Amino acid sequence: MSRVRQVDVLIVGAGPAGLAAAARLAAARVPRVEVLDREQQAGGVPRHCAHGGFGTWPHLLTGPAHARLLVTAAESAGAVVRPGVTALDWAGPLSLHTVGPRGPETVEARAVVLATGARERPRSARLVPGTRPAGVLTTGELQQAVHLYGQRIGERAVVVGAEDVSYAAAATVRAAGAEVVAMLTGLPRARTRPARAADARLRQGIPLLTGTTVAELLGHGRLSGVRVRHGDGREAVLSCDTVVFTGDFVPDHELARRGGLTLDTGTRGPAVDGSLHTSRPGVFAAGGVLHPGESAATAAHEGAHVAGAVLEALAGAAAPDGVPLSVTPPLRWIVPNRVTPADRGLPYLLRTTAHLTRPLLQVTQDGRTLHRRRLARAVPYRTLGLTARWTRLVDPGGGPVRVTLGDR
Amino acid sequence: MTAAGRGPRGARGTARPATTQQRSKDVTVTRQGPLPASPYDVTVVGAGVVGSAIARGLARHPRLRVALVEAQDDVGQGSSKANTAILHTGFDATPGFLEARLVREGARLLAEYAAATGIPVEPVGALLVAWDEEQLAALPRLVDKAGRNHHPDTRPIGPEELYAREPHLGPGALGALHVPGESIICPWTTTLAYATQAVRNGVDLHLNTPVRAVGRDDGTHVLDTGRGILRTRWLVNAAGLHADTLDRALGHDDFTVTPRRGQLLVFDKFARDLVRHILLPVPTALGKGVLITPTVYGNVLLGPTAEDLHDKRATGSTAEGLEGLRDKGRRILPALLDEEVTAVYAGLRAATEHEDYRITAHPQQAYVTVGGIRSTGLTASLAVAAHVRDLLADAGLDLGPAGELEPVRMPNLGEAFPRAYQRPELIAADPEYGTLVCHCERVSRGEIRDALTGTIPPAGLDGLRRRTRARAGRCQGFHCGAALRELFEEAGG
Ligand SMILES: Cc1cc2nc3c(=O)[nH]c(=O)nc-3n(C[C@H](O)[C@H](O)[C@H](O)COP(=O)(O)OP(=O)(O)OC[C@H]3O[C@@H](n4cnc5c(N)ncnc54)[C@H](O)[C@@H]3O)c2cc1C
Ligand SMILES: Cc1cc2nc3c(=O)[nH]c(=O)nc-3n(C[C@H](O)[C@H](O)[C@H](O)COP(=O)(O)OP(=O)(O)OC[C@H]3O[C@@H](n4cnc5c(N)ncnc54)[C@H](O)[C@@H]3O)c2cc1C
Repeated sequence: MSRVRQVDVLIVGAGPAGLAAAARLAAARVPRVEVLDREQQAGGVPRHCAHGGFGTWPHLLTGPAHARLLVTAAESAGAVVRPGVTALDWAGPLSLHTVGPRGPETVEARAVVLATGARERPRSARLVPGTRPAGVLTTGELQQAVHLYGQRIGERAVVVGAEDVSYAAAATVRAAGAEVVAMLTGLPRARTRPARAADARLRQGIPLLTGTTVAELLGHGRLSGVRVRHGDGREAVLSCDTVVFTGDFVPDHELARRGGLTLDTGTRGPAVDGSLHTSRPGVFAAGGVLHPGESAATAAHEGAHVAGAVLEALAGAAAPDGVPLSVTPPLRWIVPNRVTPADRGLPYLLRTTAHLTRPLLQVTQDGRTLHRRRLARAVPYRTLGLTARWTRLVDPGGGPVRVTLGDR
Repeated sequence: MTAAGRGPRGARGTARPATTQQRSKDVTVTRQGPLPASPYDVTVVGAGVVGSAIARGLARHPRLRVALVEAQDDVGQGSSKANTAILHTGFDATPGFLEARLVREGARLLAEYAAATGIPVEPVGALLVAWDEEQLAALPRLVDKAGRNHHPDTRPIGPEELYAREPHLGPGALGALHVPGESIICPWTTTLAYATQAVRNGVDLHLNTPVRAVGRDDGTHVLDTGRGILRTRWLVNAAGLHADTLDRALGHDDFTVTPRRGQLLVFDKFARDLVRHILLPVPTALGKGVLITPTVYGNVLLGPTAEDLHDKRATGSTAEGLEGLRDKGRRILPALLDEEVTAVYAGLRAATEHEDYRITAHPQQAYVTVGGIRSTGLTASLAVAAHVRDLLADAGLDLGPAGELEPVRMPNLGEAFPRAYQRPELIAADPEYGTLVCHCERVSRGEIRDALTGTIPPAGLDGLRRRTRARAGRCQGFHCGAALRELFEEAGG
C-alpha cells in the first residue's frame, strides 16, 4: 500500500510557474509547501534553453541560470522541491497519487496548484505524411539533446516554423555544429522581431521560405529530405537529415483532464478566473498549462500571482463564482477565461489568427460594453494584452462576457 | 491504490522482469561478423512474427540445430510491427481454407501463450456495425458463416443494444453483429517473446543477414547472405513481402506478392474511453475496411487503408490516406477526431493473387514456403508454426525427440495489467522501476535498462520503443527523447 502524507500546498511542476508560486507561499509562512517534478532536475523548460532572455530586465539570464535561481529562491524560502517524482492521478479532490524512486505515495493537500507546462505538437499530431525516419525532432528534444546531453544531431537541418522558438531552434542546430538548410512557415512572414529574422536570413544566411508547408518526410532509416509545398502549389525537395518541428504548443493538461476540471475550448488548458482558480475548489493552475507558448516571465509572474488566491483559500475563503469569458474569431483564446468582479491585477492574454490594422478590442456582457480600446495592430499568434481594470463592472449574475476584435 | 499487486497473470514477485533472469543456455544473437561455417539442420528466413514462431516451434526439438536469419537489424521489423494488433477469432474466414483453420487454432494457441508469457491481451469483443440496409441485410449471412467457423456465440444486435454498448458511436447505425471472442493484443511483445524463447532454447538468431541468393551443394542449401555463406539442410521461407522472390530463386512460380498498404492513425490515450469494442465495418469485396479499435496500450486506432502498391518499401503515410481515414472515422466515432493524434504509421500486407495462404512443402528440395500470410498472420502465427513443423516432418526431416521449452516471461506493456511503476514491491527492490524516463507512457529507467540488456537487445530507439513503449506517447520525445538516446548510447548501442 502506498504511504499517505499531508502537506499544505502541493504544486505539480517545478518550472517557472510552480517554483515562483512555491517561493511566494513559503515566504508567506505556509509551513508545508511541496513542489513535485517528474524530471530528475527541477527548473522546467528553461533548463534546456541555453540562450539568454530569461529573468527580468535588467537582470537578464540564460534559461539554465534562471531555472537555478528559481529553485534556490523556492528552497531558501522554505519550500520542498522534489524532483524525480511524478504526479500520476487524483486520489481525491485535493490529493494525488505519485511515484518516484522511493515508491508510490498519496499526497493530501489543502490546496493544489497545477503548473505542468506545455510542449510542442510533434510531427505525428500535425499529421505530416511520409515515412518515419530518425532525425525528426521538436525544439524541446533538440535543446535537451544539444544542451543537456551534448549529443550530435545531424548535419543538415530544416526548421519548421518562424517564431521565437524556431529561431532558438535554429541557433541550437548551429551550436551543435550543423547547418540550417532552411526555415519555413505557412504564414506570409516570420513571427519574430524583424531584427532577429533579418539576422538569421542575412548574416547567418538561413533562407526563410514563407507560405510553405511540409508535404512529406522522406527517407528510410534516417531522414533524407522533406518535400515542401509552396503557396502556389509548386513542390520541391529539401535534402536534409534532420527536421525540427517548432512551436504549435499544447498544454500538458493530463492531470487537469483526468481530474475532470473544466477545460477552456480555446487553449485546452484548465479554465481559470483572474485569481487562477480552476473549476474545482482548492485547485489552481498557472503558467504554460494555461497558455501554451507564452514566455517564462509570464509563467513566473502567474506563479507569484496564484499564491495570493492560494493563501486566501488556506484562510478559508471560498472561490467566487464568476461568469465565463469567451472570444469570437479572429480571436482564438483568452486567458484567464472566467471573470469575477473581484479579479484584479492579472492582465488578460489574447491570441488572434488574423492580421488587423487599428482594430477595436471590445469587452461586452449582455449587450453592455465594459471596455473598448483601439489597438495599433493585431498580428497572428502574437499575444495581445488586455487590462483587467473593467472587471468590477461585470455582473456576476449576468450572461457570459465576450471579447471581440474587429473594425468597429 | 493502483492496480499493483492484482497480478491477473500470476506471480510477479520477482524483482526484475523475467527477460533478464532466465538466461540459461548459451545464447547466440549476432548482428555482424562471419556466420558459422558448419551447416544448420533448419534455417528459417525472416524473423517476423511467423518466422519467429516457426523457429520457436523447432526449438522444441533439441537435437535440431536451427538458425533464424533476418535481413534487418531487429526482429519484427516487417509487417509484424505495423498491423492493427487484433487477435482474430476468424469468424468471417472462408470455411475450408487453410487460413480459416490456422486462424482458429492460432487464436486459441496465442491466447494461451499470451496468458502464460505476459503478453497483454484484452478480450474486448467486436461489433460489425451496419450503417445501411444493405449492410444490415448482410449480417445473417455472417452469423451463418461464423457458425460454420465454429463461433456459435456470434449474434446480431439491434440499435438500442448497440448504442448502449457504444454510447459514443455516431448517429445512424442500424444494428450490428456482436463477436464476443475478438481480442486486442500486443504484436511487438508477441514477436519478441517467440524470438527470445527460440534463442534461449538454442536457436541461433542472425540479424543484418539478408539472403540474396540460394544454391545447392551436396544435399545442402547454400545461402548467399550479406554476411557470407550460410549452409543448411532444410530451408523455411518466411520472408513475408519477399517470400515470392526467395521462392522464385528456388525455382517456383506459385504466387506474386503485391504489397497492400494499410495506413493507421493512433489517437491519444484520452480517446480510450470513447470506445469499448473493436468496431469493424461489415466486410465488402474490397477487404475488411476501416476499423476503430482500442489498443492494449490504452490508445485508439483508426485504420487501416487498403492500397495495392508495387513498392515493398512504401511504408509511408499519405495526405489523402490520412484525410480519408479521418472522414471515415468521423462518421463512426465523431468525438475521436477532437483528440490529439499520437502516431501515424503504415504497414504492408503480403497480399497475393490467391485468396488463401500459400504454405507449400517441397520435400525433394528440403524446402517449405510460407507465403501470402497477409492480414491474419499475427493471430495464426503459432498454428502456422505447428503446421510447418508437421510439413517438415512429413517431408522427411527427422525432428528427433520433442522437449518442453523453457518458459519466458515478458515485461507487460498493457494498460489493463500492472506496469512496473504500479508495482510497489518491484520499486522497493529496485528504485529504478520508480524512476520514470518516458512520462507520457510511464516507462521507468529499470524497464529501459532491462530491455537494453535483454536476450535480444534493441538495435535502436525504435526497437527500444517496441520493447518498452518509451517514446511512443503523445510528446513523441519532446520530454524524453534525448534522455533515452543517452541511455541507449551508454548501453553501448
Ligand atoms: C523549446 C522551448 C523554448 C522556449 N524558449 C523560451 C524563451 O526563450 N524565453 C521564454 O521566455 N520562454 C521560452 N519558452 C516558454 C517557457 O519555457 C515557458 O513559458 C515556461 O517554461 C512555462 O513555465 P511553466 O512553469 O508553466 O512550465 P514548464 O517550464 O514547462 O514546467 C512544467 C514542469 O512540470 C513538470 N510536470 C508536468 N507534469 C507533471 C506531473 N504529472 N508530475 C510531476 N511533474 C510534472 C514538468 O516536468 C516540467 O518541469 C520556451 C518553451 C519551449 C518549449
Ligand atoms: C495494416 C495491417 C494490419 C494487420 N492487422 C492484423 C491483425 O489485426 N491481426 C493479425 O493477426 N494480423 C494482422 N495483419 C497481418 C500480420 O501483420 C502479418 O500477417 C504478419 O505480420 C506477417 O508476419 P511475417 O512474419 O510473415 O512477415 P514479416 O513481419 O514481414 O516478416 C518477414 C521478415 O522477413 C525478412 N526478410 C524478407 N526477405 C528476407 C531475406 N531475403 N533475407 C532475410 N530476411 C528477409 C523481413 O525483413 C521481415 O522481417 C495486418 C497487417 C497489416 C499490414
